[in-house]
Amino acid sequence: MYDFVLVFCIFSDTPMALTREQIANIAHLARLALTESESQVYQTSLSSILDFVGELDRADTANVAPMAHPLPGLSQRLREDVVTESDHHERYQANAPQVEAALYLVPKVIE
Amino acid sequence: MSIHGKTLAQLAAGLRAKEFSSVELARLFLSRIEKSQPVLNAFVSVTAEQALAAAAAADKQLAAGEGSAITGVPLVHKDIFCTDGVLTTCGSRMLSNFVAPYDATVVTKLKAAGLVMLGKANMDEFAMGSSNETSYYGPVRNPWNTALVPGGSSGGSAAAVAARLSPVATATDTGGSIRQPAALCGVTGFKPTYGRVSRYGMIAFASSLDQAGVITASAEDAALVMQAMSGFDPKDSTSVDTPVPDYAAELNKPLAGLKIGLLKEFFDKGLDPENEQRIREALKVYEKLGATLREVSLPSLPLSVPAYYVVAPAECSSNLARFDGVRFGHRAENPKDLLDLYKRSRGEGFGAEVKRRIMTGTYVLSAGYYDAYYLKAQRVRRLIADDFARAFKEVDVVMGPTAPTVAFPIGAKTADPITMYLNDIYTIGANLAGLPAVSIPCGFAQGLPVGLQIVGAHFNESRLFNVAHAYQRETDWHLRLPEAFK
Repeated sequence: MYDFVLVFCIFSDTPMALTREQIANIAHLARLALTESESQVYQTSLSSILDFVGELDRADTANVAPMAHPLPGLSQRLREDVVTESDHHERYQANAPQVEAALYLVPKVIE
Repeated sequence: MSIHGKTLAQLAAGLRAKEFSSVELARLFLSRIEKSQPVLNAFVSVTAEQALAAAAAADKQLAAGEGSAITGVPLVHKDIFCTDGVLTTCGSRMLSNFVAPYDATVVTKLKAAGLVMLGKANMDEFAMGSSNETSYYGPVRNPWNTALVPGGSSGGSAAAVAARLSPVATATDTGGSIRQPAALCGVTGFKPTYGRVSRYGMIAFASSLDQAGVITASAEDAALVMQAMSGFDPKDSTSVDTPVPDYAAELNKPLAGLKIGLLKEFFDKGLDPENEQRIREALKVYEKLGATLREVSLPSLPLSVPAYYVVAPAECSSNLARFDGVRFGHRAENPKDLLDLYKRSRGEGFGAEVKRRIMTGTYVLSAGYYDAYYLKAQRVRRLIADDFARAFKEVDVVMGPTAPTVAFPIGAKTADPITMYLNDIYTIGANLAGLPAVSIPCGFAQGLPVGLQIVGAHFNESRLFNVAHAYQRETDWHLRLPEAFK
């Protein structure tokens, strides 16, 4: 495995290098505020991770269906759309940073 | 033999025989936890008061001849399981103030079986790590040598059982997080089939891979606890409605005729030669017990790590979107608007590795890249699962090493994420294919524990307990304790 990683790094024709703008865009999509030094670290490490996972391209997956569930023949179970929970909002909201009149408070969205 | 050195099965028998009480056991292990904490840092919370109350209740049950086979035995929960009224951090600053408002199903079931919770085990942040160095609460240290990592992400659980701070700890395994730390700490780590144990109240990382299991001293102990925590749960939509067999019934079945597949791809150049030696010796023990060995090849298996590092971060980026600084968890000070609140709460609340995985996952799921990364990885995942399915037509179990090396020094692999990711090279396959697997101690290399990994067919946990237990009847590696914790 280690050899195989090394070989890939040497012969990969198009090393994946993310730009600073791409890192900023990913961080925005993920709603993460990053410091300048964090952005630099992720620019390097995400690029090397994408290089590493680029190895998947070598597998022939023509006619292979993507696997969405780890158990053969099973899929996500559904239940009747009926109310099964009782009201626990006071308990749950005890963990909230800011609550008023059973409502979660956030900064004003509409002026 | 010391009381703390006993297996869970022996402790349960001792409780029934009134050799000691549950309160005495709780006090004994609580005092070991307290002494160990400055050295190992295996715990995020210790719940002494609740433990003594639960132990007193267990003693009453035992006196009345009631309770389960394991009532009164102490246990530790990985801090990924919600525990009603108790801090549940998942190893993160994000949840440093989160007091769970309900019990996970695993917690409910083990409470009902009479187990006494002593505290919550430290772990890699949101179970993302292979060394327990990503925890916001500081690294856990390996009881065999405190300069070394215990493995991860269930590092606190593995260290706690290795140092006999508890006879059992719950754990979770997304890419090897039960088996790899069990191997590095010289204990037994059991991951059941995907869907066997409810994940209700278990904080999600990668939902098509996550599964709960246990870390114990022996396979027999693992069977006893897994019996109590397995089974269908309507509250978890991935829980499978299939009966749980009596694991004890098959535990002592003779191994004559057992067909063992040696995973060719596991004996690669990355495997330390001394570790390989220990694995080969363990295989000889199985041959002596009447099993036959044959090599099996899973040609797509070398792609398991790259496939995993697309699928797991993708699912993590989606699951961790719930941490928004609004409903629970960390919230940044003085947000200027809602976007700023989201971004800074998440930026401050998550640690470096968690953010790296969220970023990776966000990228591979983003418009234009979804097919090339995520769908491609899910196709490769099927190739790997098909490889395993073919192997199980020829053999009953497959065996190989759990980890490529013994425990490594704290800080040795933190600079390069890919070096760290490759620790799970032998364990990830079972997660991608949803298979049950166990790691058991099989000797020492450079004075440190080595783990033998055994992978079984879907829902064939009984066979794994049986095969692991047969080895532990012939050997005593699983009963060895680190010098400082004897």
